[in-house]
Amino acid sequence: MANESLNQPDERGHWGAYGGRFVPETLMAPLEELNEAYEVARDDATFQAEFNQLLRDYSGRPTPLYFTARLTEQAGGARIYLKREDLSHTGSHKINNALGQVLLARRMGKQRIIAETGAGQHGVATATVCALFGLKCVVYMGAEDMRRQQLNVFRMRLLGAEVREVDAGARTLKDAINEALRDWVTNVADTYYLLGSALGPHPYPRMVRDFQSVIGREARAQILEREGRLPDVLIACVGGGSNSIGLFHPFLADENVRMIGVEAGGRGAELGEHAARFNPGGGRPGVLQGTMSYVLQDERGQIAATHSVSAGLDYPSIGPEHAFLHDAGRVQYVSASDADALAAFHTLSELEGIIPALESAHAVAYALRVARELAQDQIMIVNLSGRGDKDVQTVADME
Amino acid sequence: MSRIAETFARLRRAGRRGFIPFITAGDPDLETTRALIVELAHAGATLIELGIPFSDPMADGPVIQRASERALKHGVSVADVLAVVADARRETDVPVVLFSYYNPLLQFGHERLCTESQRVGVDGLLVTDLAPEEAGEFAPLVKQHGLDLIFLVAPTSTDARLQMIAERASGFIYAVSRAGITGQQTEVNAAAERLVRRVRAVTDLPVAVGFGISTRAQVAEVWRYADAAVVGSAIVAEIERHVNAPDLVARIGAFARSLVPE
Repeated sequence: MANESLNQPDERGHWGAYGGRFVPETLMAPLEELNEAYEVARDDATFQAEFNQLLRDYSGRPTPLYFTARLTEQAGGARIYLKREDLSHTGSHKINNALGQVLLARRMGKQRIIAETGAGQHGVATATVCALFGLKCVVYMGAEDMRRQQLNVFRMRLLGAEVREVDAGARTLKDAINEALRDWVTNVADTYYLLGSALGPHPYPRMVRDFQSVIGREARAQILEREGRLPDVLIACVGGGSNSIGLFHPFLADENVRMIGVEAGGRGAELGEHAARFNPGGGRPGVLQGTMSYVLQDERGQIAATHSVSAGLDYPSIGPEHAFLHDAGRVQYVSASDADALAAFHTLSELEGIIPALESAHAVAYALRVARELAQDQIMIVNLSGRGDKDVQTVADME
Repeated sequence: MSRIAETFARLRRAGRRGFIPFITAGDPDLETTRALIVELAHAGATLIELGIPFSDPMADGPVIQRASERALKHGVSVADVLAVVADARRETDVPVVLFSYYNPLLQFGHERLCTESQRVGVDGLLVTDLAPEEAGEFAPLVKQHGLDLIFLVAPTSTDARLQMIAERASGFIYAVSRAGITGQQTEVNAAAERLVRRVRAVTDLPVAVGFGISTRAQVAEVWRYADAAVVGSAIVAEIERHVNAPDLVARIGAFARSLVPE
């Protein structure tokens, strides 16, 4: 049985020095109200049953754990399994969290849902659950991300959501979160902020992790059934960090399971050219958008620009639990470049007939590198967090 | 007694109310900021809120966002802002409160910030995204250096929070007039007055009301029930409007005077 009581934050949402609640006073009481509502829901069998039923009947869980014969052969080392979150309804793991939070929003009596989105996957998941429950939905998205993820913009609108273009800063995920926070602070009485990653002020990092932990719980049971033992290595990409923490968390107590988080190495090592918060000389502890974590910033504490070929990884901070796991040495954080990810995008498409999201392609890229160094009886699980239909145009334009 | 406390005590004895202008340091440049501090003091400012620019001002509307961008274009840092206060101190003793998001202060260093603030003559600090719960390490240092730590209260704050904040605050309490970001509105609604009444029930500290106050009539309205009115975006918008005018400082002084009721 996975030890899920492990690595809980303290009652104010701190994992060691990280996490917490750094927001304007207007949001402090609403966040506490959210926290209390979540704690009641978490321990409520009815809520959990409703959540699990939606995950099964609406989203199609459990997602398969798929053994990749050809990819494994090409890597020439460990047996590579893919956790197929790309087969979830809406095409990524984001639906898990969106379903959990929309149920919570309903319990809290909120009629209006807002969300931010980077690649558009969380926006689509949020628009979807709002359609499902007949709730008004507003999604903030950076203008640059709207350009590179046009398909998802169309999907959100088709689902009845209003997509608001954010023209500030670098016009990517960070700027969309700022705008969503501004909306929330203004409309907090009737609005629920459905944050999409394991980021932001307490209780979001813990709550999003809990909703995403279904990934790791399933993967653990599936690999035990299939191989009769735990995997040697888990690999996932890390933007804000929700798919990775979802996979990792149920394995944290399993000391022999090595975990690797793959950040966006972008196109260079200089500040502004990547989104690798843990790279040497890159990020350092700071406060951004409600939480203390590693943040890419200049020496004056101004937040740095980031770059990644994948909009979903293009963010200057990372979930606070990852910062804690990094410092504790429990999870190893590495990066894969734009070029690595593009190569893996092709490799997986050609060898397995699976087009991965560019985000997930970062995990695949690094997995190929690690698998090579492992013995053939070793087992690796890669979280295939999303499918790549949304990225086909981007890749075509780049090549 | 701190300079802020003395200032409010003096106002109260005289049966008067305060006017608190906000400007962003380095908007459009540091020399103008120094001159504006002096000019606003002459124009009748009770104290001055000096914003430290930040790349991600999540509690601010577009006007102050743009002011931050203008300041950051020439890389204005916490050290620069402190130097401006030091310069202005040669000409005025008006209380100055640094108004900042937490990260630039955190990177500058708590100890260094408090030491330097005390040295150059900063009177207080207000950190937008630092509620008392997260200020455990920082608050005692601020106090040790004789600075006031000013906290926000909002219409959404529960009575228990108001009590807790009042216990930890010094100088004055900054009451946010409404749930929202900074920026102008046509009327300061009744929520502000209700909030001030709730704050009065738990503390004798002076209460200033800010967010959305942009006209002399609104300042007068706030003066009915609060100790001071803060005007931010309206002044910053005026700076933006005349950013290239050679007499920018005098214009802002005149604008500030026009906001203060007789």
